[in-house]
Amino acid sequence: MEYSAAQLERYSRHIILAEVGVEGQDKIAAAKVLIIGAGGLGSPAALYLAAAGIGTIGIVDGDVVDLSNLQRQIAHHTRDVGRDKVLSAAEKMTAINPDIRVRPHQMLLDAANIREVIRDYDFVIDGTDNFPTKFLVNDACVLEDIPFSHGGILRFDGQTMTVVPGKSSCYRCTFRQPPPPDAVPTCSQAGVLGAIAGMLGTIQATEALKYVTEIGQLLTDTLLSFDALSMRFRRVPLRRQSSCPLCGTNPTITELVDYQQNACALK
Amino acid sequence: MINPEREITATKNLRGVNCPMNLVYTKVAMAALKPGEVLEIILDNGPPINNVPGSVKKEGHEVLSQTQLTDGAWSVLVRKSPQTPKSP
Ligand SMILES: [Zn+2]
Repeated sequence: MEYSAAQLERYSRHIILAEVGVEGQDKIAAAKVLIIGAGGLGSPAALYLAAAGIGTIGIVDGDVVDLSNLQRQIAHHTRDVGRDKVLSAAEKMTAINPDIRVRPHQMLLDAANIREVIRDYDFVIDGTDNFPTKFLVNDACVLEDIPFSHGGILRFDGQTMTVVPGKSSCYRCTFRQPPPPDAVPTCSQAGVLGAIAGMLGTIQATEALKYVTEIGQLLTDTLLSFDALSMRFRRVPLRRQSSCPLCGTNPTITELVDYQQNACALK
Repeated sequence: MINPEREITATKNLRGVNCPMNLVYTKVAMAALKPGEVLEIILDNGPPINNVPGSVKKEGHEVLSQTQLTDGAWSVLVRKSPQTPKSP
C-alpha cells in the first residue's frame, strides 16, 4: 500500500521493527479483525487495534453503556452512558485513527446469526462476558475455520488462549461444556479489578497482530492465566483431543446451539 | 569487482530527516527494491550516519560503502538482502 508522510510517521514504530517492517504494516492494513463485546476486554483490544492500523475492525455488542461499565471499559466515557456501546467504541477508534474502517454490529449474537457475522473476518477476539457466548464463539470459529483469541476475567484473575482451528486445541477440547448457570457468580456479585481488563485485552490484541503479521509464536495449545494479586502468570499446556465433540475425529457438534444465558457471568 | 555505484537502482535523499524517520524512509525505499538491488541513501552527518547503517545491517542487508560528500552529508550504498529477514 502507498503511505502518506503522516501515515509513515504514525506507523513508524511498527515499521522500524525488523519483524514487522513495511510488509508487516501492509498486512495490518489489509487485515479484518472482529471484536466480540465492546466491554472490558473489547475496549482495550479495539483501541490498540485501531491505533495499530488494522484496516477493517468489526465490533459486536447489543448493550448500551452503563455507569458501572466505566470502571474498566475504557472505550466509553462518562458522556456515553446510555449510548450503544458499538457506536461509542467506534467513535473512539476512528478518533485515534481515521485511516481505519470500523463496522459496528449493534446486535446480540446467537446460534442463528453468529456464523454469518464472523465469516468475513481473518481473526476474532472473544471479549464476551459469559460462558454460553464463549462456547458459541468457539464453536462458530471452529466451524467457520477462523482463528480466535479466547479471554476471560473475574475478580483478580484472567485467562486466555489462542485457537487456530484444525491446527491447535480448541476451548472445548479442555472445557467440554458451559457450567450450569447457577454455578457461576455474576460479575456484579463477584466484582473485577478494572485494570486487569486491560492486561488481558491487550494480550488478545497482541495475538491478533502476531497472527496478521505472521510473526512470533501464537498462544496456541496453551492456557495462559494470571492472578493479579500475586502477579503470577501460569502457562498450562493443552493438547488437541481426538475425543473433542467439536474438533475431534468423530464430532457430535456439527451445528450451533444456544445455551441458557446467564449474562454477566465472566466480565 | 563490480562498481556498486553503477548498480544503484534508486536514491533516497534523507538530508534533514531525523532519526528514526530516516530509517522508516530507508525501509520503505528498500521494500520497493528486488533482492540484490542497490539503494543509495543520503544521510546527514551525526546521529543519522551513526545509526541508520547499523540498523540496516541488523535487518540483513549489506552496507557496501559510506562516502562523505562535500556538504558533510553521507552517501551510503545498501544492497537488499536475498530474503526478507524474519528476525534480526
Ligand atoms: Zn476441540
